[in-house]
Amino acid sequence: MTKRFWLLSLLLMLVLSVALVGCSDKEKEEETKEPATEDQTDDATEETTNDGSQEGTAEVKDTLVYARGGDSTALDPITTTEGETFRVTENLFETLLNYEETNTELVPGLAKGWGVYDEGLTYKFFLEEGVTFHDGTPFNAESVVYNFERWMNGDSDQFPYYTMFGGFKGDEGHVIESVEAIEEFTVQFTLTRPQAPFLKNLAMSPFGMASPAALEEYGDKFTENPVGTGPFKFSEWKRNERIVLEKNENYWKEGLPKLNKVIYTVIPENSARLNALMTGEVDLIDGVNPSDVERIKADDTLQLLERPSMNVGYMAFTVNRETPMADALVRQALSHAVPKDQIIEAFYGGLAEPAKTVMPPSIEGYNDDIEDYEYDLEKAKSLLAEAGYADGFEFDLWYMPVPRPYIPEGQKIAEVLQQSFAQIGVTANLQTADWGTYLEKASKGDFDAFLLGWTGDNGDPDNFIYTLLDKDSIGSNNYAYYSNDELHDILIEAQTITDQDKRNELYKEAQVIVHDDAPWIPLVHSTPVIAAKKEISGYIPHPTGSEPVTNTEFTK
Amino acid sequence: MGAYAVRRVFMLLPVLFGMSLLVFSIIYLIPGNPAQIILGQRATAEAIAEVEKQLGLDQPWHIQYVDYIGSLLQGDLGTSIKTDVPISQEIFPYLAATVELTIVAMVIAIFIGVNAGIISAWFHNSWFDYTAMVFALIGVSMPIFWLGLMEQYIFSVQLDWLPSTGRYEASSVIDPITHLYLVDTLIQGNMEQFTDVAKHLVLPGIALATIPMAIIARMTRSSMLEVMRSDYIRTARAKGLTNFWVVYKHSLKNAVIPVLTVIGLQTGLLLGGAILTETIFGWPGIGRYIYDAIQYRDYPVIQSGILLIATIFVFINVIVDLLYALIDPRIDYK
Repeated sequence: MTKRFWLLSLLLMLVLSVALVGCSDKEKEEETKEPATEDQTDDATEETTNDGSQEGTAEVKDTLVYARGGDSTALDPITTTEGETFRVTENLFETLLNYEETNTELVPGLAKGWGVYDEGLTYKFFLEEGVTFHDGTPFNAESVVYNFERWMNGDSDQFPYYTMFGGFKGDEGHVIESVEAIEEFTVQFTLTRPQAPFLKNLAMSPFGMASPAALEEYGDKFTENPVGTGPFKFSEWKRNERIVLEKNENYWKEGLPKLNKVIYTVIPENSARLNALMTGEVDLIDGVNPSDVERIKADDTLQLLERPSMNVGYMAFTVNRETPMADALVRQALSHAVPKDQIIEAFYGGLAEPAKTVMPPSIEGYNDDIEDYEYDLEKAKSLLAEAGYADGFEFDLWYMPVPRPYIPEGQKIAEVLQQSFAQIGVTANLQTADWGTYLEKASKGDFDAFLLGWTGDNGDPDNFIYTLLDKDSIGSNNYAYYSNDELHDILIEAQTITDQDKRNELYKEAQVIVHDDAPWIPLVHSTPVIAAKKEISGYIPHPTGSEPVTNTEFTK
Repeated sequence: MGAYAVRRVFMLLPVLFGMSLLVFSIIYLIPGNPAQIILGQRATAEAIAEVEKQLGLDQPWHIQYVDYIGSLLQGDLGTSIKTDVPISQEIFPYLAATVELTIVAMVIAIFIGVNAGIISAWFHNSWFDYTAMVFALIGVSMPIFWLGLMEQYIFSVQLDWLPSTGRYEASSVIDPITHLYLVDTLIQGNMEQFTDVAKHLVLPGIALATIPMAIIARMTRSSMLEVMRSDYIRTARAKGLTNFWVVYKHSLKNAVIPVLTVIGLQTGLLLGGAILTETIFGWPGIGRYIYDAIQYRDYPVIQSGILLIATIFVFINVIVDLLYALIDPRIDYK
């Protein structure tokens, strides 16, 4: 027995020492690395590569290692609604139209131009010529038709975001009557009724054009073998570990992309991810703890990039319940009793802006003229007295049990609200439930008041104000059960006209109505931050949460 | 012995049956409609109905259970809702990652733990004994989360000796054969990648080893103390054997049984996937696989993953039982 034990122990020691010896061996071996990995050493080993490259010109890195909190669920973007997928597929697939770099206005994508006819019932798109998919097959109007036919013949389980077009083939609400290739590079959409956000929808990541030949070839496995027209080609996917993309040498935009390779890795824990950035194991991270922001600012090898907000965190009143909050005056009173700046300082590390309306400023039609209910407890008290609740009242305030991008710490924010309401004589009893139950109860209107939020899908105001507060949305996302016919008429009108300026005016009007009725207390628009190595340039975070790294490069 | 082994394995059947029932009930015990949770804020009534059908929730529970067991017996662990990939195919790399980390951690824990325990017992009440036991106490009560982040901060960020996350350098390419990368790189004769993989194992290995190491050290010490007071040890000493020989041969052999039990239990626990360690070190192991599944309410993965881990745990304990007989001739399973 002892012999065996010692043998085993020795063996273990051997393994350990090999591991440790490895540390010192590495530097010498670095230079003999195979060519495929030679130029991708990260900063941790930079010193060692410098030895090799000192004789020649200093080599600039061309592999970006991007660390994030979770893996993609799929690489066929239409099959999911999940952001970690789009973050990658933005580089593989391209959409007919694109968003501007920092907001959600539209610019050409695979379609270099477009026209609207028949009062918004017909759209024509003139496609880029000479674009090929990664598998070598050409991109043309037929490919667009093929993709739309594929999607509209599916269901909401297969292609969840396709519901942005009102449903699927045969559904009453489905707005796309037909998609036709009228010339090799011209495709025509005929709608059953005008849909104002139609163009904005087309720019959403899930509607990237996939290679019809590859779809035929891979079938169900397409999600693991994605083929598009994007600046990068798919190379490897080890689930929960990493996704590797390689430069598309035949990319149709001259001189792009600038990187040779992009590697997406998964490091679930926020602090650990920052550690990995500081060691240089990775070049860029998202999901930074607000409390770490100062640490990043103090490090002169790092830079901080802010993503324009496209979300809203709010406290909603279920207005159809028999509580004092059914009275708009009471809701306004409570609106005056919310210290938004204090909340932002305490729980967002200053990385958020106070919300005064339903949607964030990055969305067209944002009404900046609205004056927020200022934090004024005296005013709140007098409004309460006016409504007949001078002695206050009691209600249940529900907070979500999980961190969300727009409300990172539901319980603590609810506690601040509770204390503040207490000062005007209103007692809020804090309640919570697990996330599934929470959503279910909120959607059924079981809460007096609750915290929740929303992240925009397509950057259209409709996607905030109609989706969240129109009477049509009661039963889906209008958890406040707010119903206002005047608002409804405006929103429906805005849905059917295609002149964006006119629409924006209507949405501004709509926001005033919502502001006065106060079915919500809009709390914040949070600003997610990204930390990167200082030498990275050309990475511009987009409000939608995902962006291609086409223009990203290392500057030294 | 052989007969005992067979009997012992048969005794597992009711245990496994009970486990499968428990795991199957998860979907009913966790509050909230699973379909609603899976679909989140964008759920529509039709989508919920669709997912319920996909999960089989529209069937009575006993039929669901029979279906579930039926497919389990055919080796079908179900299909992940999130990725749409059969679990039996998806789970292996995660399991391998956990196995590799567990082996390294247990090697560290056993080597240091057992030796520290022996020396503490040998030099009972010495400064070494006190120091070792204080460290063991700290080790047992150390929050792994904090330890892991500190390790990263000191050894990666400050000293730049070791990599802080992942199983290998992000830009290197390893062709998986067994998915145990130490083995794979060795087979392929790529020593550079081997050392890279080994270095990536050090920090998570130590973090994971801390608690078992401390438990093993304490257990070894107390067990050794007891044995070293016994008569036959006095006889051995009287015979004039050297202290080393007495301690490592005569005492250890009798003291090792309870230690082995602890080692078995700890190995089983670690194989269950150390969620904290795997999360901090970006280790794509089984713990995180199941944790992610819980976040996403990917019930098939939760059920089959837990069942698999539980089965492994039970089997390790059977193996430990059988090892007793191999080590101690007084234990005879007849």
